[in-house]
Amino acid sequence: MKGKITVNDQVIDWRDGMTVSDVLTVMNYTFKLLVIQIDGKNVKRDDWPTATVPEGADVKVIHLMSGG
Amino acid sequence: MNIGEIKAAHKQVTRWEYQPGRIDKGYNDRTLHIDLTTNKITEKPVTALMKDKFVGGKGFGLYLLWHATRPQTKWNDPENEIIISPGPCAGITQYAGAGKSLVVSISPQTGGIMDSNVGGYFGPYMKFSGFDAIELQGKAREDVIIVIDGTTNSVTIETAPKEAIDSHVLAEQLTEMYAKDEKDKMNVAVVSAGTAADHSLIGMLNFSFWDPRRKVARLKQAGRGGIGTVFRDKRIKAVVCKTTGIKPNWNNVVDLNAIVERGQRFQKEIKELDDKQCEMRDKGTAHLMEIMDAYDLLPTTNFRFGKAADIGEDINKIHSNVLKSLFNLKWRDLDGCWFGCAMSCCKAVDGFELKTGPYKGHKVTVDGPEYETAAGLGSNCGIFDPLHIIEANFYCDTYGICTITVGTITAFVMECYEAGILNKDRTGGLELKFGNSAAALELIHQMARGEGFGAIAGRGAEYMKKYFADQGWGDRQFLSDIAMVNKGLEYSQYMSKESLAQQGGYAMTNKGPQHDEAWLIFMDMVNNQIPSFEDKAEALYYFPMFRTWFGLCGFCKLPWNDVEPENNREKYPPKEAAKVPEHVDNYLTVFKAVTGRDLDRDGLIRMSARVYNFQRIFNIRRGYGLRANDAQPYRACGPVTKREYESRQERYDKQLVDWMGMTPEAVAKMTIEEKMAAHRTYRTDRYEKLLDAVYKRRGWTRNGVPTIAWLKELGMDLPELLEVVTPLQ
Ligand code: SF4
Repeated sequence: MKGKITVNDQVIDWRDGMTVSDVLTVMNYTFKLLVIQIDGKNVKRDDWPTATVPEGADVKVIHLMSGG
Repeated sequence: MNIGEIKAAHKQVTRWEYQPGRIDKGYNDRTLHIDLTTNKITEKPVTALMKDKFVGGKGFGLYLLWHATRPQTKWNDPENEIIISPGPCAGITQYAGAGKSLVVSISPQTGGIMDSNVGGYFGPYMKFSGFDAIELQGKAREDVIIVIDGTTNSVTIETAPKEAIDSHVLAEQLTEMYAKDEKDKMNVAVVSAGTAADHSLIGMLNFSFWDPRRKVARLKQAGRGGIGTVFRDKRIKAVVCKTTGIKPNWNNVVDLNAIVERGQRFQKEIKELDDKQCEMRDKGTAHLMEIMDAYDLLPTTNFRFGKAADIGEDINKIHSNVLKSLFNLKWRDLDGCWFGCAMSCCKAVDGFELKTGPYKGHKVTVDGPEYETAAGLGSNCGIFDPLHIIEANFYCDTYGICTITVGTITAFVMECYEAGILNKDRTGGLELKFGNSAAALELIHQMARGEGFGAIAGRGAEYMKKYFADQGWGDRQFLSDIAMVNKGLEYSQYMSKESLAQQGGYAMTNKGPQHDEAWLIFMDMVNNQIPSFEDKAEALYYFPMFRTWFGLCGFCKLPWNDVEPENNREKYPPKEAAKVPEHVDNYLTVFKAVTGRDLDRDGLIRMSARVYNFQRIFNIRRGYGLRANDAQPYRACGPVTKREYESRQERYDKQLVDWMGMTPEAVAKMTIEEKMAAHRTYRTDRYEKLLDAVYKRRGWTRNGVPTIAWLKELGMDLPELLEVVTPLQ
């Protein structure tokens, strides 16, 4: 998909150099217990600020349960 | 008045002595029955069937209540009981969160079977004193206290004319009265209600635990469904339990080392990871405030919106950091509601000076606020003032009423006020607009005095929605749509409009809409992990069963998934990671180490399913528990008002296209009213489909009745259950 990525089945704008942390900011995902996968591969928490998301990627940001 | 004078006014009504108990593998194998009408105290054996099929905790409560009552028994009939049972694992101190009790009774609010879980020391102390459960039945003629004294192996009923009724005073009076000295206060636990429980249907019970550092009796709440009202209707002021002190293996478990090993592993996780994850030790569940707001899930002005900004408010005013700054964190890692809980989430505000009510000017310790309290009494009432939340939290606790229920009731009457259904004439002068802190607090004080509009509000939202319509004050349908109540119980504090699975997690819950059976919002709405009806049904099968299990054994649910092992997410696929497999394994290990019973994950689910289905059938026996009782108010499901629709117009319009197959051009031509009607039809129908899928997965008929085949498969085809369900197959 040109200029887009999919995050939890939602299509959003992509930009060059966009990192996992940027995706979280765009999505306003502030919860801490997250599993993040780019095209099915886990990205470690320590790598979120640097790992870049390729154009057209399918990003899953899985929120584990807590609270409730 | 000093303690000596108060005690001197006691008259002993009866005293009963018993043989000392000896716990074996988590059980005393006997329960205590107290009849307040006849003042007869007896013990009963715990049978093999009870242990096998009902386990303990909520299971014992349901079993004993079933046999003590008739299908027609009303909440205020003498034969209704309050049963407190801690479960076989309760009382161990080597694994975090193992001090919970379950309280069961016929609810004044719902008419169905209520269960409420609670921390504090009473449950474990009662067990150490020789009993796996206590049944409180009958009604006293005057105010009494019941004292279970494990140091002398005696139970007494005493008249108690001079004690306070409000919990923060009463718990301390009784702790002082029954402790030998300052050190011994740790060994005294008190269950009490409060003055609002005398005058409302929403009373709750406080379970104390003495805090030797603060030198106050802290309070944990069995909040939901009005059990405190039943307590006061029985003229019980308090139940006190006294023990000789904690022993490391009082439960006489099978394998203490296994528990110690898992406990230490878990403690290490808390120590190393909690600060990076949920900050439970700093903030308790209040850490969720701004998170819920960010995800559009924080109920704001009676569940209309999910964000502070929707009403021009600022979430930062009640941000978890603000609440944290008000907590006294000097003993941060020692704020557990039972010994050994490293999660230590019971935060407290010390030296809080009250500005209103009978204790105005007093400086008090306030337990909480937890997330539910802060959202219910705060954002849901449009009040973004932390000091208001703390004051209202304090008064709800000491008056013995549930903060969640009061929050949802107040939010409802505030919306009614703003919609013109209520006005100053009808509320006796209270200007119950959203955001009016003074009016909200006065409503609580009126509930405690049983006066004015507070006396009406204290009957609950189910009563009010009918009462207002009967008076001709408002449209019946609108009132039903906005009163956030199901089965007669008020909703707890999460927005469920955009999560179909959570709508089920609320409205299909046995006792009424509390999130403690299934909290699936993230899994459903944010992650989109359970897209089909079958996926949602599977989640609504698994999670309630899992959570039920905690309430059978005496565990707290928070240590399960409010911290996760560092490698949890790398090690397991996301759906599995959500279940925190290593913690599940800890629970299975600890359960076996306590009881000697082998258990795997499937066995755990089956164990819970037996009790879960029993509770469903118990409700059916009483005339509830069917499909009609699982209906939800439309506010839980979709936008009721134009303003709600407009606030999320882009989202809702898109759903008309994506979900309902309309063209953007057609949507553009529709009026808001037409769009809202389309949503209503679609969303209501979708919920019915969910009911079908969940009932099928749960082994129930289309009317929500457990099938005979399913009961047989579970080994729950007990004759008394078949008698209820057979005519309904
Ligand atoms: S996690 Fe919190 S509520 Fe649960 S047992 Fe520990 S201190 Fe009590």
